[in-house]
Amino acid sequence: MATDAMAPATTVATPKSRSELSQQRARAARWFLVPMLIALSIVAGWPLLRSIWFSFTDATLNDLYGAEWIGIGNYLRWQVLESGTVRYRGVLADPDWWNAVWNTVRFAFWSVLWETVLGMIVALVLNAEFRGRGIVRAAILIPWAIPTIVSARMWGWMLNDQFGIINDLGMKLGLLSAPVAWTASADTAMTAVLIVDIWKTTPFMALLILAGLQMIPKDIYEAANIDGVHPVKQFFKITLPLVRPALMVAIIFRVLDALRIFDLIYVLTPNSRSTKTMSVLAQENLFQFNNFAEGSTQSTLLFLIIAIFTILYIWIGRVNFEGGDR
Amino acid sequence: MKMKLLLAGLLTSVTLVGGAAQAAELSIVSGDTGSGLAFLRSQLDRFEAETGHTVTVVPMPSSTTDQFGQYRLWLAAGNSDIDVYQTDVIWAPQLADQFLDLSEAAADVAGNHFPSIIESQTVDGKLVALPAFTDAPALYYRTDLLEKHGKSVPKTWAELETTAMEIMEAERAEGNSEIWGFVFQGNAYEGLTCDALEWVMSNGGGQIVEPDGTISINNDQAAAAIDRAAGWVGTIAPEGVLAYMEEESRGVWQLGNAVFMRNWPYAYALSNGDDSAVKGKFDVAPLPAGDGEGARSAATLGGWNVAVSKYSPDPEAAIELAKFLASEEVQKERAIQQSNLPTIPSLYEDADVLEASPFMENWKAIFEQAVPRPSAPTKTDYNEVSSLFWSAVHDTLSGNGSAAENLEILEADLQDLKGDAW
Repeated sequence: MATDAMAPATTVATPKSRSELSQQRARAARWFLVPMLIALSIVAGWPLLRSIWFSFTDATLNDLYGAEWIGIGNYLRWQVLESGTVRYRGVLADPDWWNAVWNTVRFAFWSVLWETVLGMIVALVLNAEFRGRGIVRAAILIPWAIPTIVSARMWGWMLNDQFGIINDLGMKLGLLSAPVAWTASADTAMTAVLIVDIWKTTPFMALLILAGLQMIPKDIYEAANIDGVHPVKQFFKITLPLVRPALMVAIIFRVLDALRIFDLIYVLTPNSRSTKTMSVLAQENLFQFNNFAEGSTQSTLLFLIIAIFTILYIWIGRVNFEGGDR
Repeated sequence: MKMKLLLAGLLTSVTLVGGAAQAAELSIVSGDTGSGLAFLRSQLDRFEAETGHTVTVVPMPSSTTDQFGQYRLWLAAGNSDIDVYQTDVIWAPQLADQFLDLSEAAADVAGNHFPSIIESQTVDGKLVALPAFTDAPALYYRTDLLEKHGKSVPKTWAELETTAMEIMEAERAEGNSEIWGFVFQGNAYEGLTCDALEWVMSNGGGQIVEPDGTISINNDQAAAAIDRAAGWVGTIAPEGVLAYMEEESRGVWQLGNAVFMRNWPYAYALSNGDDSAVKGKFDVAPLPAGDGEGARSAATLGGWNVAVSKYSPDPEAAIELAKFLASEEVQKERAIQQSNLPTIPSLYEDADVLEASPFMENWKAIFEQAVPRPSAPTKTDYNEVSSLFWSAVHDTLSGNGSAAENLEILEADLQDLKGDAW
């Protein structure tokens, strides 16, 4: 998608006079970017660098300014015992950290998969012409518009085993034999979190995919219909390839969001080992426990994982674009 | 956003103070909800009228974990927007560096409070906070149901088990399908540390980390106590108890759907409210004892205190406010209106207090059985110790391994955390 955005800029301007004008424009544009870059480096760049720095120190929250450099010990340190056994410590040797990484990856995979499939279905329905389409389009955005804290709290009550409406409905419909403590039991906690996240974020997916669908010219479908192409084949041969750039953007947004999921889990199942993600674990170490440096290390690793993932995704995505039929 | 508002508030307060030299603008944080917040405001109004200072209440989330994280962050950043903090009894050793020493300022009143509470708020000779009220849980029981089925109040956990089971089954047979035997706080959070400390302590299993810093949790009596509690889940207690905090258990209880409940005193006034299904049908008793050597009734010590930030721009007025909130008259009002336990022994014999909250007479006995959580010996590591403990207990309650297995791992984890010394 980066290539898409660049495309007009490179194709414009072959005559010399226009090129000067466009250079002038580019210079002006750079000046307009300066305030944003300054603001970004203050609110994002500086805290990020500071977190990374803290991850190499022995900082605690009671004594932030007295933090001293200790090297990579927070990431990995080892100790050779008298028997010759090597004992590894630090975040990279911490089973809790790897459990959180696994939870996060699992959460990101399933939530994005379901949101993409459901979002695509919703978008296809909304792309069809029917009466009241505008109202339905607006209504479907409601879950996305509700702040996560509010929806997480709301679902927390809905999933409650004694007063919750989900269990009540399940019992009345005969789907459940006994009320399920959704958020409490280790078996269902991740499912509960996934349900809420999918409910909340499918509209976002649907909206981005819908925007992509509306870019597809209608006459392609008309031609396909005249040739008698089956609708399912139309979807896979026309719709999916053409909506793919929009879909890729939507997926990367969602994956980045899902990898740093915090609020939903913090409200719904804050202390459950089966749902604790990297961000929740980092917050716990930073502010609840006396492990500011360790929490910074975890934040830094989270940042690295997301950065590597983004670079890989863009890289693989670009290779595909070039190898595709464009 | 909140910070910005606070900052704006502070700036205006600075300009206002410039005008009137004596009167200070103070801010206090409060995690109280509902009537608690209204009560605090009413007391602050009195303080304002008496002193001429103005006090702004900054509301906080009701979860103590959320509060702690926020306060720690503010204090680490040297935030001067908040003058007075309300602190949980276990926070003193963790935040001691950030609060003013009140031992001199409160020298005249410190002696009026229970010495054990003052001690819990003293870190290395520094009085970190003044007690506002104390807390010790009790066993709530349904007098009507016990009478109907001819049972007496259980003195041991074994008795509680059988009584709860028999009444629950008899009531269910009569068509009361929603009834449960016992509800407590089983969610993985600080509350479970409190509940489980009581099970372990009452069974003679020690107090996780002893006052001298020894890790004592891995013993047979502790394991037996936690295994017994694991047996309640799904039998006398609903499966969902694994997600219950105080309010969820009170919800079940107050709808009349539990024979017994373990909860703090705040639930007493609410259970006797007009909208309560159990109004006038319940009473409280000390929590049951276990069996085995050293078994006794045990209640985890809770309670809230007021501390003054060392970054307060007006420490004198802030100390004045802290002393006011810990004073005998405010504690008396608190006992009457909020059913919070005073930290001043004489108030337990006060006629007005006993008229409003007759149960407080019993509570003095419960309070005397109170066990502190190991926040003093484990110092700044307490939160992590507690988290490791409640996770081990929650795992056992959820059927993930036996108590013996989980406590053995817990002991190793605690040993790692402790290193050479806490």
